[in-house]
Amino acid sequence: MANLRDLSSVACIVGVDESDEMGTLPHKSQLSLHVEAVTNAVRDAGLKVSDIDGVFTAGQHSPATIGEALGITARHVDGTTVGGCSFIIMVGHAVAALHHGLCDVAVISHGESGRSQVGVSPRRDTAIPGQYEAPFGFGPAPTMFGLITTRHMHRYTRQWAALNPKALRREPITVADVLKARPVVYPFTVLNICLVTDAGGAVVLTRADRAKDCAKKPVYVRGLGEGTEHVSLTQMKDLTFSEATRISGEKAFRMAGVGPGDFQHVMLYDAFTSGPPIMLESLGIAKRGEGVRFFEEGRSTPGGSLPINTNGGGLSYTHTGMYGIFPIIEAARQLRGEGGPRQVPGLRTSLVNGMGGMLSAAGTLVLSNER
Amino acid sequence: MEIDRPLPNPMTPEAKPYWDGLREQKLMLPKCGACGHVFWYPRVACPRCHTRNIGWIQSKGRGTLHAFEIGYQSFNKAFKVPPPYVLAMVELAEGPRMLSNLINVEADPKTLRCDMPVEVVFTKLTDEVTLPLFQPVR
Repeated sequence: MANLRDLSSVACIVGVDESDEMGTLPHKSQLSLHVEAVTNAVRDAGLKVSDIDGVFTAGQHSPATIGEALGITARHVDGTTVGGCSFIIMVGHAVAALHHGLCDVAVISHGESGRSQVGVSPRRDTAIPGQYEAPFGFGPAPTMFGLITTRHMHRYTRQWAALNPKALRREPITVADVLKARPVVYPFTVLNICLVTDAGGAVVLTRADRAKDCAKKPVYVRGLGEGTEHVSLTQMKDLTFSEATRISGEKAFRMAGVGPGDFQHVMLYDAFTSGPPIMLESLGIAKRGEGVRFFEEGRSTPGGSLPINTNGGGLSYTHTGMYGIFPIIEAARQLRGEGGPRQVPGLRTSLVNGMGGMLSAAGTLVLSNER
Repeated sequence: MEIDRPLPNPMTPEAKPYWDGLREQKLMLPKCGACGHVFWYPRVACPRCHTRNIGWIQSKGRGTLHAFEIGYQSFNKAFKVPPPYVLAMVELAEGPRMLSNLINVEADPKTLRCDMPVEVVFTKLTDEVTLPLFQPVR
């Protein structure tokens, strides 16, 4: 009988980086953002692009397209696309593939021209949204996520973004600013909704034995988990609780031998201000109904008891559309001690959790700088 | 009357009794002939017991406003209903939840509340398409 624990700490994140530029990039195609991110992350690892033999990506381009653009012949590919958390889930897939020798150096690549739409494919409706949702005016994420939300609001945001030079929005804002901003879809004003940017990001993994030869301190993948519940919100069992998040978290915690209270740093996928409180509740870090208060009390802010989204998050740092690669990059940097003014002191264990769609899918990682 | 919203596209074969029913001002829901589960959206197998024995029942057209949003802009060029408008998730008395709009109500957070009773309003768009919109029960 296979044991989940066998996969714990067998592979490491050895390279992370973003594309050369992030923000509004009308002069760069989506595919170029992939290529920039991968070459940067491979350099960060002290490896060569030709060392990559496993290509993982989600979204509009297949892993074959990415491999071709990089000029490599992959012997293992994965294109699992279940929303923005796909990259978090792929860390798990990469760990399993590395463990079983399906590949030796895995790269997870993200590039998205979410804002400028350069070199992107048009989105196609499937039968479900086109038939049962679009006629009523439902469409992009804000017209869905508001249904999950009543009054989830952060008391303060952007304190972390102010400390991250790569963040697009760094000026401080208050609750009053958020409330009086342009209303988009009640209950959201424009400041409750993530940015829309162009950017790429990539993560390189290899087995723990080989990680010792890489340029930077390895970040061990101690636990991983994934889950999916629904796609259409009408199929979500309880709009205020994410089953996919719960399942992915429980699996990751069990593999790592930790509990929800064992983290000193958390990265959550914040497409909307109301998501992270529900994620904390679904992961068991906050009690049901107490996720908002967790943020109100300032516990997630610089100097707080549990720093969350130290890169400034999808709300202030960057959000291309499928944000999931970026929380992994930030967690790895924090665990290496590369956080600069936003470094969480004495950090050993970090949690990465992300959603796909409308809390439809989820991935969770337990990352550590110790085996 | 000018069509002020996207028409359903595609209209799939497994949903034909639903769209046929709406043309006759009936809200039809799929019901499993084996386990009795009434579900939304139409599928060829029951999502609870997975038999293929799917029948249809007529909903009473009553339910509650399970969740809502107020649109202050359009998110689709073909959706021309003037804002503000109410985006609604309705929980039907028969159990399933569906997305729709709440009409004949002020689109204001102060007048809307979750779990308020609602009823269907059949709204003909074309000879082919009638949509189930909802309004507060008076």
